[in-house]
Amino acid sequence: MKSLAELKELRNKVQKEMKKRDQGTRAEIIVGMGTCGIAAGARDILKAVLAEIEKRDLDVRVTQTGCIGMCEKEPLIDVKLPGKEKITYGNLSEADVQKIITEHVVNGNIVSDLVIARHK
Amino acid sequence: MKDSIYRSHVLICTGTGCVSSGANTLKESLEEELAANDLSGEIKIVETGCHGFCEKGPIMIVYPEGVFYCEVQSDDVAEIVEEHLLKGRTVERLLFKEPMTDEQIPSYQDIDFYKKQQRIALANCGQIDPEDIDEYIALGGYEAAGKVLTEMDPQEVVDTVKDAGLRGRGGGGFPTGLKWQFAKNSEGDKKYVICNADEGDPGAFMDRSILEGDPHRIIEGMLVAAYAIGADEGYVYVRAEYPLAIKRLEKAIEDAEEYGLLGENIFSSGFNFKLHIKKGAGAFVCGEETALMNSIEGKRGMPTPRPPYPAVRGLWGKPTNINNVETYANIPYIINEGADSFSAIGTEGSSGTKVFALTGKINNTGLVEVPMGTTLKEVIFEIGGGLGKGKKFKAVQTGGPSGGCLPEDYLDLPIDYDSLLDAGTMMGSGGMVVMDEDSCMVDVARFFLNFTQSESCGKCTPCREGTKRMLEILNRITDGEGKDGDIELLLELGEHIKSTSLCGLGQSAPNPVLSTIRYFRDEYEAHIHDHNCPAGVCSDLVSAYVIDEEACIGCGKCAKVCPVDAISGEIKSPFIIDPDVCIACGACEPECPVDAISQA
Repeated sequence: MKSLAELKELRNKVQKEMKKRDQGTRAEIIVGMGTCGIAAGARDILKAVLAEIEKRDLDVRVTQTGCIGMCEKEPLIDVKLPGKEKITYGNLSEADVQKIITEHVVNGNIVSDLVIARHK
Repeated sequence: MKDSIYRSHVLICTGTGCVSSGANTLKESLEEELAANDLSGEIKIVETGCHGFCEKGPIMIVYPEGVFYCEVQSDDVAEIVEEHLLKGRTVERLLFKEPMTDEQIPSYQDIDFYKKQQRIALANCGQIDPEDIDEYIALGGYEAAGKVLTEMDPQEVVDTVKDAGLRGRGGGGFPTGLKWQFAKNSEGDKKYVICNADEGDPGAFMDRSILEGDPHRIIEGMLVAAYAIGADEGYVYVRAEYPLAIKRLEKAIEDAEEYGLLGENIFSSGFNFKLHIKKGAGAFVCGEETALMNSIEGKRGMPTPRPPYPAVRGLWGKPTNINNVETYANIPYIINEGADSFSAIGTEGSSGTKVFALTGKINNTGLVEVPMGTTLKEVIFEIGGGLGKGKKFKAVQTGGPSGGCLPEDYLDLPIDYDSLLDAGTMMGSGGMVVMDEDSCMVDVARFFLNFTQSESCGKCTPCREGTKRMLEILNRITDGEGKDGDIELLLELGEHIKSTSLCGLGQSAPNPVLSTIRYFRDEYEAHIHDHNCPAGVCSDLVSAYVIDEEACIGCGKCAKVCPVDAISGEIKSPFIIDPDVCIACGACEPECPVDAISQA
């Protein structure tokens, strides 16, 4: 990094890319992969997400994040559809993942009995 | 076999309901449209029976994705074929909309768990991909470092941190700006900064979560500190028991080096900074700064007398600044938002926020960050959701093995460094263990003392021998062999150990015992004089259970759960418990449908 200006340029570029991602056609699933999440089974949840996406041949970006504080409700995942608010689901089982992908990611309906909150 | 070559199946419901709402014409239109687009060989139409959702018919489902369209009319078919089957884009307007709308779901800021929280150190945790430096930069990351290196002189940086009123988040609460000033003032051709991530308190996981969730924030905080005091090398001392935190930090350092945010001539300022990770082997005493530095140097992790303080003679004899993870995590915010913005949060003597790890008998186990001055009640009952299973609150333990237990009367106590000290406990690094009526306070004190006793490095006699003697007395009390004068002896030993130990471990080890005697002396007395454990925890002091023969209906449920087979009897006639075999575990009591079991 040569200067503060260069950092700001990089920031704007990354922000633009993230914005593009938001307005594009790709949905995003973020799995909580802190130690608390992993201990509660987040690795199996991540595998279930990938398997379900593969099975349905969906174009979804899968990423990870750290502990958001609600360790009691792990495993947690966020679902972000393009142009929509991010929705957090908690206390998940692998079967719940299938349900969330079928109903929310594919059909756009929030699975109300698993939802925890939405991000503004 | 021909099925396998179809890339997609379109299911049309031809149950009576959908047929009457136009499914047959829909199917014809689809066949025509597929043929027109030359897709007949790729996409198969399947007629299905009723889905039970006739109200929204005709219904169409497209596989392999499983997209569920409803109220599809012949007019929609062209769009479905064009958009979905040809281009792979779902036709949003035809998707089934559940009556529940986005607005009906509470937003993060509105749910109780987050309502009273204010996230500074944890701002990015759970929001960004910790292994992607770009996501950190997108949220303004490394701007504080850039600003400091290119626009501020080191004294300005130190003054900003001083004005912010930031105090050490590792537990001691020493003003961070002052610490930086001492290290800056020290003469030396070589200086170091260290991040203390040797988080060892039972039930504490604040630092781990920050390192795992937002590692770049720590690197940035250390970069600012290094510039302020004139250091060009740094260490993060992190427990080897935190493999994920280490992995993410390693990745973060690598990425920062690649971007030129670590290394030489950062931001063309001529400032160089190199960062290393030192894995600790898990000794609790290595969280003490002098022991920690000995450990980095490859020596046995034992504390040395202060002064000289690390700011004067630290790592390898050079001036060193050492702060905790959460302290560094606050630095980028202070630089970006200004000292005033930070000191406006919290109380006068304790500005900013504090992260707590909520554990124990609480509903919402987790990680919370609240402004200083928030009361214990708000944290435990509003954010933490209270205690589970309708149990009654008994005490909260703050500050880990160095802290103390506070009873119900103190629930309205605002959380800040000074009021916690006055109440006989301490802020500590942020562990908060909640206990209910089923917790025995003598047993709790024994647990924490057992921990510090085995973690004592052995250098100072009061700590090495004193904690051992205290533990023996506590073991005796919980075994039912407590004597008159034990409480007084514990108090006397505790005060001596506190005043004559070299480091923080010994100086605080008696705190759990002293604070439980202060607030729960009656429990100690019940153990010693009445040979009774009021919470029913200390098994030697709990009497055997008995079955009321009159009330017993002879169902045998109690006998099934007894782990030592102390209960016997014939079905439909009264069962009995052998008092010599019974270990008073209490497993049988809740099983009885007629409440015939009680303690003798």
